[in-house]
Amino acid sequence: MGEHTGELKRTPLYEAHVARGARIVPFAGYEMPVQYEGVLAEHRWTREHAGLFDVSHMGQATVTGADAVAQFERFCCGDYQGLKDGKQRYSVFLNEDGGILDDLMTARPTGQDGLFVVVNAACKDADFARLEGGLEGDAKLTRLDDRALIAIQGPEAAEVMAKHNPELADMGFMDSRKLSLFGVDAYVSRSGYTGEDGYEISVPAADAERVWNTILEDAKVKPIGLGARDSLRLEAGLPLYGHDCDETTSPVEADLTFAINKRRREAGDYPGAARIQRELAGDLKRVRVGLKVKEGAPAREGAEIADADGKVIGRVTSGGPSPSLGSNIAMGYVPPSHAALGTELKVIVRGRSQAAEVVAMPFVPKRFYRKPEQAA
Amino acid sequence: MRFTKDHEWVSVDGDVATVGITAYAAEQLGDVVFVETPDAGKAVNKGDSFAVVESVKAASDVYSPVSGEVIEGNGALSNAPETVNADPEGEGWFAKIRVSDAGQVDALMDRAAYDAYLASL
Repeated sequence: MGEHTGELKRTPLYEAHVARGARIVPFAGYEMPVQYEGVLAEHRWTREHAGLFDVSHMGQATVTGADAVAQFERFCCGDYQGLKDGKQRYSVFLNEDGGILDDLMTARPTGQDGLFVVVNAACKDADFARLEGGLEGDAKLTRLDDRALIAIQGPEAAEVMAKHNPELADMGFMDSRKLSLFGVDAYVSRSGYTGEDGYEISVPAADAERVWNTILEDAKVKPIGLGARDSLRLEAGLPLYGHDCDETTSPVEADLTFAINKRRREAGDYPGAARIQRELAGDLKRVRVGLKVKEGAPAREGAEIADADGKVIGRVTSGGPSPSLGSNIAMGYVPPSHAALGTELKVIVRGRSQAAEVVAMPFVPKRFYRKPEQAA
Repeated sequence: MRFTKDHEWVSVDGDVATVGITAYAAEQLGDVVFVETPDAGKAVNKGDSFAVVESVKAASDVYSPVSGEVIEGNGALSNAPETVNADPEGEGWFAKIRVSDAGQVDALMDRAAYDAYLASL
């Protein structure tokens, strides 16, 4: 994420965070809650019950018009023509060199024409300007800056939300619907950024505080800050844009090959396809892996990764303690020759070499809700 | 007990200073998950980073309020870093340092001055 200068913005929930005793920090140009009662307690609460997150700093928009889907696909490697109504799909915006400009969720919500898009806060102005400048035909981007985005995550999230609208219980993982919730038009997807079951809920900014406080009336739900959001997504193996991937990394390097959908891969019709197709064919210099740090201090962003002989081969892009595992975990980039599960590596923390091992991600099992008939 | 603007505390017994981070610092850090304390025999200068304390979010240096020689690091913190949150100005001490210049301690803030400093932040 870039450095932000100038005045910090606030989400529609800022006052609600302050009222509940949150510690506020600057993040991606916003004053955001980093924690309420403490990162560890909030992390564990989300894994065991349900955590409520304000992610209103993220960018929301619709892309509409008869040409919307085909035009939108020009900026990314996702197959959105093949995306069924009512479904959401992860993708990345790419530059002409195949570098990741941002990662995003794009949905075709039932009850909504065209696409509903959610992008990262630090990238949203650039993303939307690029789309506005590049969409052709009658495809039209509409920023939804007047909407808040609230995520509820955890094993009890579904039970909590079913009381507010039973239809939510009927949604499977990555389903997306526009429906009435709390008396307002809401975009709801069954997804999130923690590895848990849950929903992301877009509501008008004017209703955000009422929705937030209403959900929090249930004792199963506690507000969760960005600190635990980061440790939860790290355990889930999910990359954080600007850290674990950026304009220099391709989706193949970032272990996001699944975001290059088959139709696009076969057509090779996306930005940076020359590099990415080459990488898909095996010409790959580095790849994002998960690391278990087996001794010593947490290895954080920037720590060097060395092979068993001590030769530096890469760098940690995210890392820290895993509250669920009780050990230190990290993700970082290494050459494919050192990316196999079980490879013994070193991480260098404050000049000290510590044993690490390449392990599978997610570090903790995902617990998404899949409807029985959708089982793959 | 004396205090620094970097939120370390010093408690002197004879020529030995016990050093740690203040309750304010521990509260600001949040959950402490890792502590690295210095080994006995290490020479430290006032202002040197002599220990590291890590929360879930980040690693922070701890600066020595005094010059001297470390005679003991609090090894108990490696297995129980949460002690820093539970008892920052007691069992959560970081190191004992044989002070080479007692005047350095006298120059630090007393409790009233430190409280006034915190109120000004």
